Amino acid sequence: MNHDEIRELVHAHVDGELDLISGREVEQHLHGCGECRRAEEQIRGLHDALTSSAPAYRAPAHLRRSIRRALRREANVSEKAFSPWLIFATGAAFAIIVLGFVLFQTTRASQGNKLVDEVVSNHVRSLLATHLVDVASSDQHTVKPWFDGKIDFAPDVHDFAISGFPLVGGRLDYLDGKTVVALVYQRNKHPINLFITPATGSPDSSPVPFTRRGYNLLSWVHRDMRYWAVSDLNEAELKQFASLISG
Amino acid sequence: MFGLTQSSRLTEFERKILPHLDSAYDLARFLMRNDHDAEDVVQEASLRAFRFFESFRGENGRAWFLQIVRNTAFTALRKRYPEEMNVSFDEELHGEPATEPTDAGIAIDRAQDRQIVRAAIEKLRPEFREAITLRDLEELSYKEIADIAGVPIGTVMSRLARARRQLRQILSNPK
Repeated sequence: MNHDEIRELVHAHVDGELDLISGREVEQHLHGCGECRRAEEQIRGLHDALTSSAPAYRAPAHLRRSIRRALRREANVSEKAFSPWLIFATGAAFAIIVLGFVLFQTTRASQGNKLVDEVVSNHVRSLLATHLVDVASSDQHTVKPWFDGKIDFAPDVHDFAISGFPLVGGRLDYLDGKTVVALVYQRNKHPINLFITPATGSPDSSPVPFTRRGYNLLSWVHRDMRYWAVSDLNEAELKQFASLISG
Repeated sequence: MFGLTQSSRLTEFERKILPHLDSAYDLARFLMRNDHDAEDVVQEASLRAFRFFESFRGENGRAWFLQIVRNTAFTALRKRYPEEMNVSFDEELHGEPATEPTDAGIAIDRAQDRQIVRAAIEKLRPEFREAITLRDLEELSYKEIADIAGVPIGTVMSRLARARRQLRQILSNPK
């Protein structure tokens, strides 16, 4: 190796990333080359300054607690300790659920209530948090291959910008205990989440509408795939979107 | 991982992934540059990691988790600072001249102060903050960093070299 090549490897040498033979070669070069030796000293000096000042941050205790709480909630494992507050909260939550149930009796919801709720929750969460899409692209040839190897089925991905429903991107989500594909489209300013999961053996069906918390949902089966479309868009336009997907 | 009940899935997750919360927070904190955003990122990344825990093959819990943290943080950065993050970052074009700063002892000797070093790291661009945090603070290998950042090892090496050079420059000319 010549001087320039060695110069490139000084960091790797200091970091202990070189194999024995290259390491020895760099070592020998350092003996005879003042410039590289100075570089090495500077790298070590910086590293010492970094470690001795211990700038690393550590997770605060309240964050740890909050994460454990959120994970328990996610795993549906109840808290071990029953505090009075928790009992009150449970009671309050129960009351809200009963109230919600009564109210929702007036909607058209018929089946798969829990799943419908989960679809809406996923939709809301994707808008609140920062993870609307993992692969942001309006190019179906970028979005579709992104799912390769992450899931065991290949969803159809098309951009419908021409019809006014441009593709925004995709991500993985979690629905009914399974990893599912979520494609994100946009209609004017309204984001649409389209969840896709395999439904092998189920016959094709036309979209069934639901309403939850002000969101419109459509669910249907097309060519062995179940689709859930959810948005704050009006039902007519959402149906137009569904017909494009099954087009 | 299939066939586990939710509660044993949680136990597994607490045993294999949660011990790395400190590293996760360290990375998120240096990327986001404030407590509040860093906590949001780690909280969200933890939930996402738990949801996709099936895809964890059991080899390297820290690198697996840090990759999710990193992706969550960069998504948040792109959302928060779209102008800064939209500038495409070309490894070659953005390289500064190869000349070393002409300093001898530099201020690093005086930079024992944790706050000075933290502030200096925060002046770097996100990819460099990531490289310094993962290598010099969390002491991950080049290979692990390459996997986490989704770039070749050569890119990790050049990012580290440039990040360290800039960091030395910042530390030697404190304003």
